[in-house]
Amino acid sequence: MNFWDFLGSRHQQLLADAYQHASAVFQCMVVATLIGVLIGVLTYRSDWAGNLATLTTSTILTIPSLAMIGLLIPIVGLGVPPTVTALTLYGLLPIVRNSIVGLRGVDPALVDAAKGIGMSRPARLLQVELPLAWPPILTGIRVSTQMLMGIAAIAAYASGPGLGNEIFRGIASLGSKNALNQVLAGTLGIIVLALLFDAAYVLLGRLTIPRGIRV
Amino acid sequence: MSETSVSGSVSDDGRGEASGGATGATIELEALTKRYPGNPQPAVENVSMEIKAGETVVFVGPSGCGKSTTLKMINRLIEPSGGRIRINGEDVTDIDPVKLRRKVGYAIQSSGLFPHMTVAQNIALVPRMTGWSKSRIRARVEEMLDLVGLDAGEFHGRYPRQLSGGQQQRVGVARALAADPPVLLMDEPFGAVDPITRDHLQDELIRLQRELHKTIVFVTHDFDEAIKIGDRIAVLRERSHIAQFDTPEAILTNPADDFVSGFVGAGAALKRLNLTRVRDVGITDYPTVTVEDPLQHIFARLRESGTNEILLLDRRGRPYKWLRRGDLMRAKGSLARAGTLVHDTVTRDATLRDALEAVLTDNAGRVAVTGRRGTYEGVVDMETLMNSVQELLEADRLDALEHQHDLEETRATQTHTEQEGFGGVGGRA
Repeated sequence: MNFWDFLGSRHQQLLADAYQHASAVFQCMVVATLIGVLIGVLTYRSDWAGNLATLTTSTILTIPSLAMIGLLIPIVGLGVPPTVTALTLYGLLPIVRNSIVGLRGVDPALVDAAKGIGMSRPARLLQVELPLAWPPILTGIRVSTQMLMGIAAIAAYASGPGLGNEIFRGIASLGSKNALNQVLAGTLGIIVLALLFDAAYVLLGRLTIPRGIRV
Repeated sequence: MSETSVSGSVSDDGRGEASGGATGATIELEALTKRYPGNPQPAVENVSMEIKAGETVVFVGPSGCGKSTTLKMINRLIEPSGGRIRINGEDVTDIDPVKLRRKVGYAIQSSGLFPHMTVAQNIALVPRMTGWSKSRIRARVEEMLDLVGLDAGEFHGRYPRQLSGGQQQRVGVARALAADPPVLLMDEPFGAVDPITRDHLQDELIRLQRELHKTIVFVTHDFDEAIKIGDRIAVLRERSHIAQFDTPEAILTNPADDFVSGFVGAGAALKRLNLTRVRDVGITDYPTVTVEDPLQHIFARLRESGTNEILLLDRRGRPYKWLRRGDLMRAKGSLARAGTLVHDTVTRDATLRDALEAVLTDNAGRVAVTGRRGTYEGVVDMETLMNSVQELLEADRLDALEHQHDLEETRATQTHTEQEGFGGVGGRA
């Protein structure tokens, strides 16, 4: 059976896996973005807090993903919980780091002006600092997503959802007729998903970055 | 120039009715002090000052003298470590700073516009925060753009980076004035624009202030800017000690000490010329003829006028040519060829310095004064200028003598309180 026939006969299973893969990454990204930006907002004004946040999240990233999922299984069990936990943790670093860099990079004269015309602290953050820091934050989110696409494949090891299942099944049955097709289908699926997400981010940037600061 | 002031006064009347004449407020600073932790010397020490409603006060001093810090304490961007601030008699030292700042306009160097918002959004910020209705905000944004001389339709939807430096600065001022605050603080607002634009912006500010009568506190390190803009100037030395707080005339003619005269710089008498307008000195009438007069008449005028020269006006009454006695003969009676063209004219609003410049450049030492649409009004010459300048300086000297007494008295009390203050600290330690 060649690759195209394989795709034809298994497309339902593949589409379901792809959907689950995308959905897992998407949901973890939403959570990671919320937590990451929040950490950034809470820590960017203090030198040591900001550095601590960056250091912690980058330490998490150095843990091999297989080991991380393996370690999470005894704590949260099999299936979806270890997948979501691991993906969210891995997704944090680029978002936290870019939030802090972005918020610190806002021209102090503008923050001064915002204060001077009588904007309260939350108004300053929501109307001036975050919008100006948004382009670097969005870049962080984009990098995070690309990374999670790959890492999500490992989730299948803990019986998680996604295209990783195809890859693992193929590796487990190496030598059989469809082994290579399965690995290929899983891998290519992830690449296609990653490209689709990236295109979506470009569009999101167009829609959410104000014209006045778009480069 | 005269046209803008006319339209200005019209809108002034309109505004007066609409906003109930929300004009300036008094500001009192009382023993204002700022200490930074870890620094034994205070950055600003014991500044006391009364600013009248509707007055433009300029803080001028060398960099690092604490003038900016003093300004930022008025809207409490920097919290004072001691002393009181009263605006219109109300003590604002302890009220919510956010509430205070909405009553005090703030404009800074390089405009401080938010680059991600359009011009209209920037201007609408303060009115929006104070809860104005949408339609009122929209009308106000247009009014403000109009006020600072920008076309509302054209600039409304632009982003700050699509504007020139001068335009950005105008929008910055519009934003600061949008909610009609009685007080406007300006922190070296024109520091980052080129000299020509700065000159325009200063003129605009003077015009605006003539319409609005806000209380303006303006910080600069440029003494010439201070004389041009200020009703009164506070010359500050290190730690914001007031070296002299007086009208520009008084500071120029009677600097309190060496520090002030050093800061005034050379040419105080020349700078004084910037403070007087052509309208304040005598404009002499000059024999004139128009291009439509018959030649006979022109010859007659030349003969009967005591002067060597007459001024030829064009059809709309604008100065056109200077005609000397022999000119018409030499040009064989042709007005088109006779005489020398008028190069330069001044308006009644021009400063004496401009007028002197024009007179000095002119080879016969006189310049025509024009009114609306460039029509002839009179002539100033070297002699009138010299006489009035001398009278001016003499009057200033007399004023200054009277003033000197008061000044010495205030300085004596100031030193007295300072010494007492130090004594108190020493006693506690």
